[in-house]
Amino acid sequence: MLLLTCPCCGAEADETELQPGGAAHLTRVGPGAPDEAFESYLFHRENPRGVHIERWRHAHGCGKWFHAARCTRTLEVFGTYPAQITAPPQPIRDAIAAKHPGWAWKEGK
Amino acid sequence: MSTRLQTGGRLLDRGRRESFTFNGRRLTGYAGDTLASALLANDRMLVGRSFKYHRPRGLVASGAEEPNALVGLGRGGRFEPNQRATTTELFGGLQAESQNHWPSLEFDIGAVNGRLARVLPAGFYYKTFIHPRPLWKHVYEPFIRKSAGLGKPPQDRDADRYEHFHVFADVLIIGGGIAGLQAALAAGRAGARVLVIEQTAHWGGRAPVDGVRIGGAPAEEWIARAVARLEAMENVTLHRRTMGAGVYDHGYALGYERVTDHAPETDAPRHRLWKIRARQIISATGAIERPLSFAGNDVPGVMLASAIRDYVVNWAVSPGDRTVVVTNNDDAYRTAICLKQAGLEVPVIVDARPRAEGALPEAARALGIRVETGRGIAMVMGGKRVTGVALCAQAGEGAVLEQLPCDAVAMSGGWSPVVHLWSHCGGKLLWDDAQAMFRPDVARAPTSHDGAPFVSAAGAANGALRAAETLADGDAAGRAAVRALGLRAPGGAADRAEAPDEAPLLPVWMMPQGAGEALRMKMWLDYQNDVKVSDLQLAAREGYESVEHAKRYTTLGMATDQGKLSNINGLGVLSDAMGEDVPRLGTTTFRPPYTPISMGAIAGEARGGLFQPLRRGPIQRWHEDNGATFEPVGQWRRPYCYPRGDETRAEAVTREVRNTRQAIGLLDASTLGKILVKGPDAGRFLDLLYTNMMSSLTPGRCRYGLMCSENGFLMDDGVVARIDDQTFLCHTTTGGADRIHAHMEEWLQTEWWDMQVHTANLTEQFAQIAVVGPNARALLETLGGMDVSREALPFMGWADGRIGGIPARVFRISFSGELSYEVAVPAGHGLAFWEACVAAGQAFGLMPYGTEALHVMRAEKGFIMIGDETDGTVIPQDLGLGWAVSKKKADFIGKRAQERAHMTDPERWKLVGLETIDGSVLPDGAYAVAEGRNANGQRNVQGHVTSAYFSPTLGRGIALGLVRNGPDRMGEVISFATIDGGLIGARIVDPVFYDKDGEKQDV
Repeated sequence: MLLLTCPCCGAEADETELQPGGAAHLTRVGPGAPDEAFESYLFHRENPRGVHIERWRHAHGCGKWFHAARCTRTLEVFGTYPAQITAPPQPIRDAIAAKHPGWAWKEGK
Repeated sequence: MSTRLQTGGRLLDRGRRESFTFNGRRLTGYAGDTLASALLANDRMLVGRSFKYHRPRGLVASGAEEPNALVGLGRGGRFEPNQRATTTELFGGLQAESQNHWPSLEFDIGAVNGRLARVLPAGFYYKTFIHPRPLWKHVYEPFIRKSAGLGKPPQDRDADRYEHFHVFADVLIIGGGIAGLQAALAAGRAGARVLVIEQTAHWGGRAPVDGVRIGGAPAEEWIARAVARLEAMENVTLHRRTMGAGVYDHGYALGYERVTDHAPETDAPRHRLWKIRARQIISATGAIERPLSFAGNDVPGVMLASAIRDYVVNWAVSPGDRTVVVTNNDDAYRTAICLKQAGLEVPVIVDARPRAEGALPEAARALGIRVETGRGIAMVMGGKRVTGVALCAQAGEGAVLEQLPCDAVAMSGGWSPVVHLWSHCGGKLLWDDAQAMFRPDVARAPTSHDGAPFVSAAGAANGALRAAETLADGDAAGRAAVRALGLRAPGGAADRAEAPDEAPLLPVWMMPQGAGEALRMKMWLDYQNDVKVSDLQLAAREGYESVEHAKRYTTLGMATDQGKLSNINGLGVLSDAMGEDVPRLGTTTFRPPYTPISMGAIAGEARGGLFQPLRRGPIQRWHEDNGATFEPVGQWRRPYCYPRGDETRAEAVTREVRNTRQAIGLLDASTLGKILVKGPDAGRFLDLLYTNMMSSLTPGRCRYGLMCSENGFLMDDGVVARIDDQTFLCHTTTGGADRIHAHMEEWLQTEWWDMQVHTANLTEQFAQIAVVGPNARALLETLGGMDVSREALPFMGWADGRIGGIPARVFRISFSGELSYEVAVPAGHGLAFWEACVAAGQAFGLMPYGTEALHVMRAEKGFIMIGDETDGTVIPQDLGLGWAVSKKKADFIGKRAQERAHMTDPERWKLVGLETIDGSVLPDGAYAVAEGRNANGQRNVQGHVTSAYFSPTLGRGIALGLVRNGPDRMGEVISFATIDGGLIGARIVDPVFYDKDGEKQDV
């Protein structure tokens, strides 16, 4: 039962208030793209036992989508931030790298 | 025999006798008894039969780890199977029944399985009942199902109520033994908000039974003082009869409170589920004693040494007159001493260790008890009750050295910390070689959102088994928890506990260590699932080397006790058989709940009328008052039809369809989703959301639109009305309103956040009433106020105005094929408008109609219904809706997906109409069979029915279905399979059965 702080309304939200939305920062692949690229966008996700950047919606709260960076092994939450951004903000990346040396954000996932 | 002692019993109230029944027999006990202690006091050692071999089984333990004494409690709506007698507090009028026997507990037919034990080893069912295949389905499985299962399911509705609590704590302490209480004192004095929960009705755990002294006084006095001090602290809450059931992410924990199990006449919920958020959790859950594996260790009368001590000290019950103690450690000597001091006989203490010279063995010897070291038990004699034991050398193969008569055996194989709650959320274990047990690895504790540990173990649960360490460890855990919260730990030293020193134990996984096959087949590891030492050794020989595989193959630890007694012994046997160290094998996974919790507690108040919210539209009362029968649609209840007089539902639907087509019908469509989409980019946004073009719609006009998922599949449909340049009103299906609104928000917030668009779900703001049929216009004109002529308000147009004085927005849209106006009025005017239509409509033959008539009429027109014609794998092109998929737009959600090869495959099943040859109604969902069989020997299929109705208009059964190449096969007759194996022939026809050219709706 995760606790995540909604960056939009500031509430510390229990998992029951939240709706999960899978991996964050996917680049949408539209008409004209090759099959492999579309397949990758639609279906292929990395699922490490470790750092995940996820989309969540404060569904039973303010209704806003946001992003959360957390570790599925230690349950540590490195931070939450608004969804209107295409990559994790630097402070979030720094917080992750501090606990997971060698971790780096991969652009264009 | 077992009996009640004349004096003693620290938990008994001898002034209050309570009567109860066991298998219908009337017995008595005292207030303070558990059902188990009361049964023993009445010489009821035999309490059940085992699961597989139906062997007679007696009480083994005194607490939550009890594997055998499972009983059915109560009657009727208060019956519950599989309740542990050891954790059931006695009350007057309690009714208990033993389980797993037929015809009676004393004489059981199924016990013949026990005689067959030699031919029923682990994996027997898997190996034997595979062939021949048909026998499995018709002979083996029904037979095994009949003989499997524990207890009987309740037949009646649960008569009790249940509730949930939501609580918060800085420090949650699970377990109210001396470690938990001392931790609470330390945390409470530091000012933290502390919650202590204890699964039993008593504080203090084992310390009083074990003769521990704290601060120079008996433990019992210290416990009473500690509880009094904690109760005086405003920041501390103490709660008994509340088990820590599970520990989850980020400090979440579940407590399971048995509120009235011990007092069923109380006016309170029976169980309460505590949903706890704690910043720090201390697991002070104690330890559980392990049995020893010797032949006949399941004969009633063989019990854990600590349990025998509990029964004597807590409840003044003597489990036997002559008790042989068998052990590999010093702790069990306490049982011998306690029995002797109670005036009972201990013929011998059998100690597997070569020497026993500690304080406790010496004390036992001083009492005149015979101690035999280096010895083991070769075999327990007796069937339904122990009659004696045969002794042997522990180092040998079981040659009998001596036989001793006795009626009870107290066994101790050492102790295992209760690490369940530590492990639930990822806490790791390490193997403590000296004490032969797994204990929490402090360096690898469960971590929380800040990456810091949030669970600690204290006392025996942390491997600190000796009382002095237990109390000190509880103190340290309490202090560490408050420091983790940023509070200052209190000054001053904790009291010290005193107990005799104990010598190390000797790990004994089998007794004697060289026992042959005949003895190993009688050494029980898992009492509840009848798993023996020989079964685990077989699993190892057959290659089940992983502990998780061996568990599933043998079912070790898979019973309702989840291996509380058996897992470590099983690991020991497996490690010996494989020549591996125990820590290399590891443990199976500990999963919540710690012991089973009731389904009622999980459901809480969410039952009956409170199971889920019911949404009521503004006209709901009228429907209820006018005889509607309802069907659930999402959380709404929509009128299905309005039967009159003796009409059946089918007759009512037929009448409603005919009346609507011939005169006028009235439908409450208020539940349809209504989402307002507004902003400078609203048109651009809807072009991306819908498959067809919405930005080209002109204000005042409506357009039917389709929405697909990014995967290309159809997810919703509805009519979009353009209100003005920047405003669209999107209608969705009833069930789709919230989902589609969320879908819009998701894309707006996470992908196209640069667009200037707002959405608002207005579903409940408006009542929407469909006035349908040839007389529809005449009715609205009678109510007056708006020009609803064909010229002023053409088909697929809309207009604002007032009708009968009520503000209205009128849409010329039709889902029935008739002349139709959907009139939206503010929700508060909904009932008034409906009633005005009903009153004025009498002159025109108006009747209300329900959802089924709506469905029939739309099917007659070949209109699709989301959820009937679609199932998440259907694209618009399958349904002949390619016309509503824009070819001009560069992009929309689902466009790329629909370009995939499989989506453009000409062999896809496509929508057709179906008419049965005999006029009957096809079964909904029936498959059309094709030539040949597939690789699994099943008949090939070429389509299926998606909707089927009796059409009152055509006087025959009609259906819509998806058929391979269907549109190219008009007129062909194909066969649909029925459940009883028959076939129904149906002709492929156009999906529009009625008014193909749409003349009736456009008048």
